[in-house]
Amino acid sequence: MKTIAFIIQKEFKQIFRNKGMLRIIFILPLLQLIILSNAATFEVKNIRFAYIDNDHSSLSRALIEKFNASTYFNVLAHFSSESQANSSMLNGEVDVVLVIPQHFQRDLQNNKYQNLGVTINAIDGAAAGVENVYTNQIVQSFNKNLKVELLQPSDLITQPINIITIPSFWYNETLNYKTFMVPGILVLLVTMITLFLSGMNIVREKEIGTLEQINVTPIKKSEFIIGKLFPFWVIGMGLLTIGLIIAKLIFNVPMVGSLVLMYAYTSIYILVVLGIGLFISNFTDTQQQAMFIAWFFTVIFILMSGLFTPIESMPIWAQIVTEFNPVKYFVEVMRMVMLKGSGFMDILPQLSKTLLYALIMNGLAVWSYKKTS
Amino acid sequence: MNNNNVIEVEDLTKMFGDFTAVNAITFEVKKGEIFGFLGANGAGKTTAMKMLIGISHPTSGKAKVAGYDVYTNTEDIKKNIGYMSQKFALYDDLTVKENITFFGGIYGLSRARINEKAKELINDLGLKDVANHLVGSLPLGWKQKIAFSVSLLHDPKVVFLDEPTGGVDPITRRQFWEMIYKASQSGTTVFVTTHYMDEAEYCDRVSIMVDGKIEALDTPRKLKEQFSVETMNDVFLKLARG
Amino acid sequence: MKRFIGFAKKEFYHIFRDKRSLFILFGMPIVQILLFGFAITNEINNVDIAVLDHSKDATTLEIINKISASKYFSIKQIVEGEADIESIFKKGKIKAILSFENEFNKKLIKENKATIQIITDATDPNTANTISNYVNAILQNYQKELNIDTKNTYQIIPQTRMAYNPELKSVFMFVPGVMTIILMLVSAMMTSISITREKELGTMEILLVSPIKPFQVIIGKVVPYIFLSVINAIVIIVLSIFIFKMPVQGSLLLLAFESVLFIISALALGILISTISATQQTAMMISLMGLMLPVILLSGFIFPISSMPFALQVISNIVPAKWFIIIVKGIMLKGVGLQYLWKETSILLGMTVFFIGISVKKYKIRLE
Repeated sequence: MKTIAFIIQKEFKQIFRNKGMLRIIFILPLLQLIILSNAATFEVKNIRFAYIDNDHSSLSRALIEKFNASTYFNVLAHFSSESQANSSMLNGEVDVVLVIPQHFQRDLQNNKYQNLGVTINAIDGAAAGVENVYTNQIVQSFNKNLKVELLQPSDLITQPINIITIPSFWYNETLNYKTFMVPGILVLLVTMITLFLSGMNIVREKEIGTLEQINVTPIKKSEFIIGKLFPFWVIGMGLLTIGLIIAKLIFNVPMVGSLVLMYAYTSIYILVVLGIGLFISNFTDTQQQAMFIAWFFTVIFILMSGLFTPIESMPIWAQIVTEFNPVKYFVEVMRMVMLKGSGFMDILPQLSKTLLYALIMNGLAVWSYKKTS
Repeated sequence: MNNNNVIEVEDLTKMFGDFTAVNAITFEVKKGEIFGFLGANGAGKTTAMKMLIGISHPTSGKAKVAGYDVYTNTEDIKKNIGYMSQKFALYDDLTVKENITFFGGIYGLSRARINEKAKELINDLGLKDVANHLVGSLPLGWKQKIAFSVSLLHDPKVVFLDEPTGGVDPITRRQFWEMIYKASQSGTTVFVTTHYMDEAEYCDRVSIMVDGKIEALDTPRKLKEQFSVETMNDVFLKLARG
Repeated sequence: MKRFIGFAKKEFYHIFRDKRSLFILFGMPIVQILLFGFAITNEINNVDIAVLDHSKDATTLEIINKISASKYFSIKQIVEGEADIESIFKKGKIKAILSFENEFNKKLIKENKATIQIITDATDPNTANTISNYVNAILQNYQKELNIDTKNTYQIIPQTRMAYNPELKSVFMFVPGVMTIILMLVSAMMTSISITREKELGTMEILLVSPIKPFQVIIGKVVPYIFLSVINAIVIIVLSIFIFKMPVQGSLLLLAFESVLFIISALALGILISTISATQQTAMMISLMGLMLPVILLSGFIFPISSMPFALQVISNIVPAKWFIIIVKGIMLKGVGLQYLWKETSILLGMTVFFIGISVKKYKIRLE
């Protein structure tokens, strides 16, 4: 038992003595948390809008004005021909192009309907969908006011039926993306640091030869692994704490649920990541290999965590793969506890899976560490 | 097991796939001896040693170290031996004192005992001024001596030294061997591998490995007689060519 | 020149002898692109929602059926009262609840309007917004049907054409991004330890005293990895085309050229990291921690750069991946040629020259 204390003491000394690494472990992630959290947003704004007005009527101008007035759209230019517009879109200068046909106003008055040409740069399909919705909304609202403008006495007035939808965004009324992203990015950063540190740790001792020296001592495997886990666990928890403080102070992320629950869950979660890292470290011969493998899993963990794209959108087999992604559970728990105030019973499924994962991974790490080869 | 033998090896073999690195070697080492385990680079010395210190499973054969079996009791072996690896294996980013504390602690020494031993060691080696310097900043010869002393911290029965004097000047080598003598005199058996044949002269008995087999095993004097040569170097040359 | 070739050869052997690393270097990107190409999408499908129907009349039933029939939603629960909403959301499975006010049909007929509340769990604001929009779209369609007989409403009907990606496949959006970040991260990682390794192993001294010029050393370290990365790039592009059906509207040759350019820029970045790191561990941590999130978040891979705060838009300009994503999308999806991409291409070129230049300079400093 006492030997664990000696190992912990040595690891801490080595970590804190390495000023360069300290900066990377603490400053780099927190800096990224502060800066990058501002990047994550799916909001579609500043839509670059251009138009071709073949009618030049008061109606067409009124329609354009509506787009101008909207906060979503920036009316950038008007073109005189489709080829001009196409070229501009090819160049990535505009997102939406509106084409108003000749005799727009006249034909609308006569026929009661007119087609409007809309071209949307759909490379980002999701953004295009949203831009389409906004465009339609503006046109619809323009439609509603039309009859007032163009009403002629011979028209009978019948009221259209209106289904009014009231969106209500719970836990995040303003659809503030930061509320969602900051805890998520914090999770990613803590995961990366702990995975990389633990993943390279044992391999490093292998490469410099001190591991052999340790294997010749009577130290027990479990003592060795625990001694190595503990300092990184402390670092992970420390990073989380500082990150949460930043989240509250700088981003005003609400913390509705129990902080104790959050910490309890995180303490188990970090064990999972450390277990994975140590397991990797046992199987690789060089730091380079360990780094590549750690990178491989990290990119997968990050992109399939549900933080950037919803897990529900993934094909079923991919969703099954995410069952093995510890980050997914952390993101879920973080959102549920911090933002919704979910309680212990609510997160029990995630908690038990994470606990199981921790036991298995660390068991594997201890088992796969061979003092005698 | 003969109580006087601290190491007993019989037909010990290690194979890696088809390649036989250690080929049925047999020998014993008596308590308090300085036993030189010689051979050229690649002869199999380090592989053999790894089996004796319990970090490599033999393919076949028998061996006992400090009374414990290398197949079944590796952890007990480790409690009773010291080891100095070829790479000297101290932590470059810890100080002299911190390295001593760490390894002492791993071997189960109490903090009091560690402090006592540390003082002793630092004094004996004249390291008072650099006790709190990082090991990485010290010259190679000092690292060597520290590593050797660290391997003796827990008063082991046998200490295994793998090429301990690689890369240092003759004076430092000489000083190192004086440390070995001292350890041997206080009852510690020393098992040392080396490819410096002149160091063989310092040992009580030596064995010479060629291509995995022990081709010679006796005191240096007897071997020189046997091969009618002046130095151990010549003994080795004769064996290697023959 | 001969010295240089000899040096580059040695670097080659180093790499190819490490079979395990090789396997990782080639195998992993393949696994990743396959995984992400299929899994990363923000199309919503079968989102679990619930219904709170205060009315339970023919109209609400019709609307609920319409929503149920859509592939976007899957109605998992019927809620009885307002009080249940909170606990449902806390459990986390249901993402939205549609609440119909009472006497819905009656109100529609008498007052010509009735209300539906779209209550979403906005802890994931993007999904919440998307759900809201999609429900709205379905309801607008329904409304149109109801109003078909209504005379004398003026209708301007937008005929929308989705350019470059008519089916709104999110694969088109993400695959270029996935290609880019995999290539960038792998390449930078590969070279980031190449110089620090020599430092740690001690072979740096040998290099320093040899007559090879610093510039040759740096280039010699990049060259073998170009070969490796190009293979990776080819595999990734082939997979994108054949498995994910990415079109190649533009010139394959231009794509190849730009890819090589991008690879070199990433490798050069790795070398730069290598020259400023004291140990392998440091170099690796910098290339892993320092590049991963910034590249994913600031390259325009998932989040549109135009939506970011201005300061970040400026910072995103120094991420090589950003430019390459524009280039890839341009060539593959829009079919443009160099005349539209010269700006991005020159920026990549400039970055490469910059990275290599600083690396050579830092390396020279060691010499002195």
